[in-house]
Amino acid sequence: MMDFSPVGAFRFWQRNLLIFRKTFPFTVPENFLEPVVYLLALGLGLGAYLREIQGLPYVAFVATGLAASAAMFGATFECTYNAYVQFYYDRSYDAIVTTPLSAEDVAVGEVLWGATRSVIYGTAFLLVVALFGVARSLWALALPGVFFLGGVVFSTVALAFTAVTPSIDLFPYYFSLWITPMFMFSGIFFPLDALPGWVQTAAWFTPLYHVVRATRALAFGTPVAAVPEVVWLAAVAVVLLPVPAVLLRRRLVQ
Amino acid sequence: MALVEAEELLKRFGSLVAVDRISFQVREGECYGFLGPNGAGKTTTMRMVCCTARPTAGSLRVFGLDVRRHGRAIKRQLGVVHQSVTLDDALTVRENLVVYGRYFDLSWAEARRRADELLAFAELEARADERVSKLSGGMQRRLMIARALMANPRLLVLDEPTTGLDPQARHAVWDRLRQLKRGGVTQILTTHYMEEAEHLCDRVAIVDHGRIVAEGPPRELVERYVGREVVELQVAADGAPAWAVAEQAAGLAEGFEVAGDRVFLHTRDGEELVHRVRALRLPVEAVVLRRATLEDVFLRLTGRRLRE
Ligand SMILES: Nc1ncnc2c1ncn2[C@@H]1O[C@H](COP(=O)(O)OP(=O)(O)O)[C@@H](O)[C@H]1O
Ligand SMILES: [Mg+2]
Repeated sequence: MMDFSPVGAFRFWQRNLLIFRKTFPFTVPENFLEPVVYLLALGLGLGAYLREIQGLPYVAFVATGLAASAAMFGATFECTYNAYVQFYYDRSYDAIVTTPLSAEDVAVGEVLWGATRSVIYGTAFLLVVALFGVARSLWALALPGVFFLGGVVFSTVALAFTAVTPSIDLFPYYFSLWITPMFMFSGIFFPLDALPGWVQTAAWFTPLYHVVRATRALAFGTPVAAVPEVVWLAAVAVVLLPVPAVLLRRRLVQ
Repeated sequence: MALVEAEELLKRFGSLVAVDRISFQVREGECYGFLGPNGAGKTTTMRMVCCTARPTAGSLRVFGLDVRRHGRAIKRQLGVVHQSVTLDDALTVRENLVVYGRYFDLSWAEARRRADELLAFAELEARADERVSKLSGGMQRRLMIARALMANPRLLVLDEPTTGLDPQARHAVWDRLRQLKRGGVTQILTTHYMEEAEHLCDRVAIVDHGRIVAEGPPRELVERYVGREVVELQVAADGAPAWAVAEQAAGLAEGFEVAGDRVFLHTRDGEELVHRVRALRLPVEAVVLRRATLEDVFLRLTGRRLRE
């Protein structure tokens, strides 16, 4: 039985926003500086040898991919470590489910907040790399929407993991077995064309691959190419959203 | 009308029965306590009242509403102080209150105004802009109580509100709870401190292994099960065992209990009993006369002490 109220989810989202406004400076390194370092190292370092890829300057190619990954990391850190600490150590969630908010409100509010962080970090990164001539089309203005959709998917998966993990020590596995492979094999640094077909097939089933493709399509002015990616993300978001809600209810209400 | 009505309420976790078919009612305006040792099922009972644990069987109504179906409506009128500290560590004292008020749909302005009132009530005005981790345990507990009051609840649920606090902090919490009661706030609390139950509760349910073993006003329970006074014998370390001493003295008292190396003799006339025990010249190190308490009731009904 699900018990969900949009107002409740919004209240929880607002709470997270308030906390974010206070802790923002401490979250910049992991979410923002890291992709900048990658961009400088690869975009400029490797870019010196590798001028063009798929008809794009290599820096622009990597920068758009990294914007997508910034969105992924923003949502993922939120719904793994941040959520875990509040859930298990601060026990804030235990307190909140005795207010009018339900466990489902908390789960959905948390996912929406994770997606909001995707928008914040993805967009902020794009603004910085705009200096590298990355955004070549007004369609780039639609990118926050893509980051949001992608953020919902990243958050949903991460929060589902957080709701079932028996220990904080398992998060490194979440990152090494899921986030890092996605980061490497979603076409951020190199196109997947040269890899065996099964790698491309596997990549198709992961969200980052679609966020990367949608990001490039919009940034470089080929919006039609973004449509299937957005459809994929929206469909998966809708299908997966109830999962963390059910799992969190099981943890919070016995 | 009873604000809480439980009938044959049962909660199982797998094969473990945490709450074993209990029935009780909490009336408007009273403070109702659950007194029992760790593991007795107190928190589980509170969680069912707060709609965060679902009854396995039996019925539980809060404000006349079924907890299985009306969680949101019930929780809207509830103020809850959890057994463990559940404050938002990233937020200040004041922000904790304001954010909590928002969960109950108070406007920002209303929430801020109410937060100021409650900061005064909890005597935390001076700490309002500090992070909650900087507060002492007693202050955090007062803040939890203030937070529970943000939306003017009809029923305040307190799960071990003073466990882990030093005596001074405990008295500060007690003062506030009594003040609230005078203001007409109905309270339901759990504790394993019998002083706390005697001090705060109009009626208590003594619980053990998920069952209510006795219920009533504290003084009445003591009168009913123990009498007025207790003569406590501390048995000499090298003398006869406590049960042997108890057997010799039992005839003088109206009832007795043995716990470890102590014998408790129940009586209505303590001074007379002390004289007669002394005359027996039993192998005891000390004979102490004191008022009977709920602890004696618990020992009498379960054969164990509350804080083992
Ligand atoms: N979520 C749970 N899962 C399994 N067992 C539980 C759970 N919560 C409580 N219990 C068990 O139920 C019993 C009563 O616990 P509790 O209600 O916390 O007691 P108290 O608050 O009186 O100390 C204990 O044996 C405890 O281990
Ligand atoms: Mg407890």
